[in-house]
Amino acid sequence: MELARPTAFANPLLKDYVLDNTYDEMFSEDGLVRPHYAAVLEKFLNLPPEEMARRKRSVDLSFLTQGITFNVYGHGEGTEKIFPYDLLPRVITGAEWAHVEKGLTQRITALNLFLHDVYNEGKILNDGRVPREIVYSCRQFRREMRGLQVPRNVYITVTGTDLLRLSNGEFVVLEDNLRVPSGVSYMLTSRRVMKRTFPQLFRDCNVQPIEHYTQLLLSTLRSLAPEGRHDPSIVLLTPGVYNSAYFEHTYLARQMGIELVEGRDLVIHDNVVYMRTTAGLKRVDVIYRRVDDDFIDPLAFRSDSILGVAGLFNAYRAGNVTLANAFGTGIADDKAVYAYVPAIIRYYLGEEPILNNVETYLMTDPKQRKYCCENLDKLVVKAVGESGGYGMLIGPHSTAEQREEFKRMIEANPRNYIAQPTLDFSRAGCLTENGIEPRHVDLRPYILYGDKVRIVPGGLTRVALRRGSLVVNSSQGGGSKDTWVLND
Amino acid sequence: MLSRVADSLYWMSRYLERAEHTVRMLDVNMGLMLDKSSTSAEGRWKRVLAALGNPPEVRWESDYYQIVHSLTFDAEIPASVTSCLIEARENARQVREEISSEQWQQLNRMYHWVIQPHSEYGLNTRLADFLPAVVDGLHLFQGITDTTMSHGEEWQFIQMGRYLERAAFSANLLDLYQPELLSEPEVGAEGRHYQEWVGLLRCCTAFEAYCKVYTADLTAEWILEFLLLNPQFPHSLRYSIDSLRHALVAVRQSSGRPPVDELSRVSGKLQASLSFVEVSDILAQDAGAYLHNILQQCRQTHDLIYRFYIQYSVEAALAM
Repeated sequence: MELARPTAFANPLLKDYVLDNTYDEMFSEDGLVRPHYAAVLEKFLNLPPEEMARRKRSVDLSFLTQGITFNVYGHGEGTEKIFPYDLLPRVITGAEWAHVEKGLTQRITALNLFLHDVYNEGKILNDGRVPREIVYSCRQFRREMRGLQVPRNVYITVTGTDLLRLSNGEFVVLEDNLRVPSGVSYMLTSRRVMKRTFPQLFRDCNVQPIEHYTQLLLSTLRSLAPEGRHDPSIVLLTPGVYNSAYFEHTYLARQMGIELVEGRDLVIHDNVVYMRTTAGLKRVDVIYRRVDDDFIDPLAFRSDSILGVAGLFNAYRAGNVTLANAFGTGIADDKAVYAYVPAIIRYYLGEEPILNNVETYLMTDPKQRKYCCENLDKLVVKAVGESGGYGMLIGPHSTAEQREEFKRMIEANPRNYIAQPTLDFSRAGCLTENGIEPRHVDLRPYILYGDKVRIVPGGLTRVALRRGSLVVNSSQGGGSKDTWVLND
Repeated sequence: MLSRVADSLYWMSRYLERAEHTVRMLDVNMGLMLDKSSTSAEGRWKRVLAALGNPPEVRWESDYYQIVHSLTFDAEIPASVTSCLIEARENARQVREEISSEQWQQLNRMYHWVIQPHSEYGLNTRLADFLPAVVDGLHLFQGITDTTMSHGEEWQFIQMGRYLERAAFSANLLDLYQPELLSEPEVGAEGRHYQEWVGLLRCCTAFEAYCKVYTADLTAEWILEFLLLNPQFPHSLRYSIDSLRHALVAVRQSSGRPPVDELSRVSGKLQASLSFVEVSDILAQDAGAYLHNILQQCRQTHDLIYRFYIQYSVEAALAM
């Protein structure tokens, strides 16, 4: 239902702005601009169109010449696109953020305890709080990790958790990305661009800084060095230049001042990892790896991988090198295990979850499966091991054939799918060719865990740039915008 | 520095240098087509192709314009200017965190400019604008490299790539010209070959610099002396080899490894063969053989750089 148009919308830039039951980040239900958005909106409404266009052009050009691009799979190898970028920042109050931060800290602490438990005594499985078969049937479960001690018992050094805001204004967790989450470089470069493009506005808004992320990441990695390795040598392991996040890998390596290595740069000798340099072999102590488990060691995992380093897992097992994130963390962000995260939090911490989950139907449960297969047009179906918006069905936007296909796939392999209600998640104002219009947004904060949990305020706000679209993934036509967490 | 990084920087630099040579060869020879000359069109363009390593995809078929166009824009031909720039950028992309943002942006800008469709360059005159603009872009990149990058090991590998490529190109070019040069040692202003010799010098951007030393009188001996042995001119063979040696010594010192005897010997001999020789010595013997020998030593130096810094075996490295 569309609400009455308040007089604040008289400005021609807002002529297409729709307010309905969906939570709007910029306007409250009665059509008044939310106080923390007031300065930003005023600035954007009062900027002459040609000045806005000029700033937009200069931002696009700066992304292109800096090579801040991503590769799209299936569009010809190495095809680069600029990350679509929206200039109107998404603003969050300091109080809202404090709540989110507490919730994320709680969640990551619990998930890390879960990983440690599953790969050691397995108490939570013995107590029947998480079904054993769900964990052991997960493709990301790594038997090789059983009983292996990791430095500080930290498995998930870097997490990117996807949050949505529901119509009641509450932030909920859509998924935890515990393997090799990406996107943080867009968060950091967006901020730099915004500061350069709207310096005055930025200063007036009193935004909490995020620039120290790379320094935090570095000290987090350093805190996880193998015992006895003071002044550890830290590297970032990338799959290489054809990876969709290659720009990010180079960016982070440069900002941290560490070497960016590929699998072919590393050699293992006597279970010690070395990199090949012009001055000979140099020992490596900590690897921030951006290569998936499957591809990282052809001897331990997929033997057809040419991105990995033969023998790396043995060096890891010998305790001569730390990998962040650890192997096998994917069991905790499996979308079926996700349904049990509230139980996991209660089990290990004895607390109620601060951030709720999205309601999730498990296809392994016959009753839930039956309900879902009959209501696919209202649900979102996801493959449990996929990310990036691949392998999913959005019921309300699907065709009958697509639904039939998913029904067949679900019946054939119920463990591989989960379903969730189609969420009515929040929209934020974005610049479009028609002025300012609301678009669906999510929020991905980045959580670091070394000697303790650290989160820089904000994260990457991803935008579904097409009107009405619910998909925010960059590979599927999504964009991003800067996220401003204010000092209240 | 990672060996892979050294590899990429070295080749980035070689490809850029190669692009510059190609552009200059095409530009100068296209200009020479405007005047009557002692060299037939066929002879000229076959020589151009030979100087560029006889790319198998391009053949002389009476239309020189087609050759110029292919060797400039055709990304399917590895020797074309466009291909060289694509390769250079690809190498730079592999080591983005090692080069400065300014370098990357300049190279990336050139890349986007060169790969856009160039149908509007159908006219010779437009191509004549395009080619010098490429050289300008390359010079800008070199300037940016020298002023924004630390002159450490990374920069030294860029120097190695540039000067080794330049030395090999000059030696090859002189080898192609030397039979003609030596058959007619005196060239007056009206001489049949005057335009050709000016062309040779201009292919090495050497005409004005030559005139400053020898005036506009062109003789085969002076041309050879200048392009081979001049210690100050950046495109002379001697200058290139001196610079290469300098980079090799700097890398040896900064890597902190014991000196590599074989590499020092080969590159030192190469340098000596240019530093302690007079042009009359070269002319007294077989100039062709002398140039071949230099080319051979350049290749050997390249192989040794690879064997010691880039593709060494783990056993050899652990033994050190």
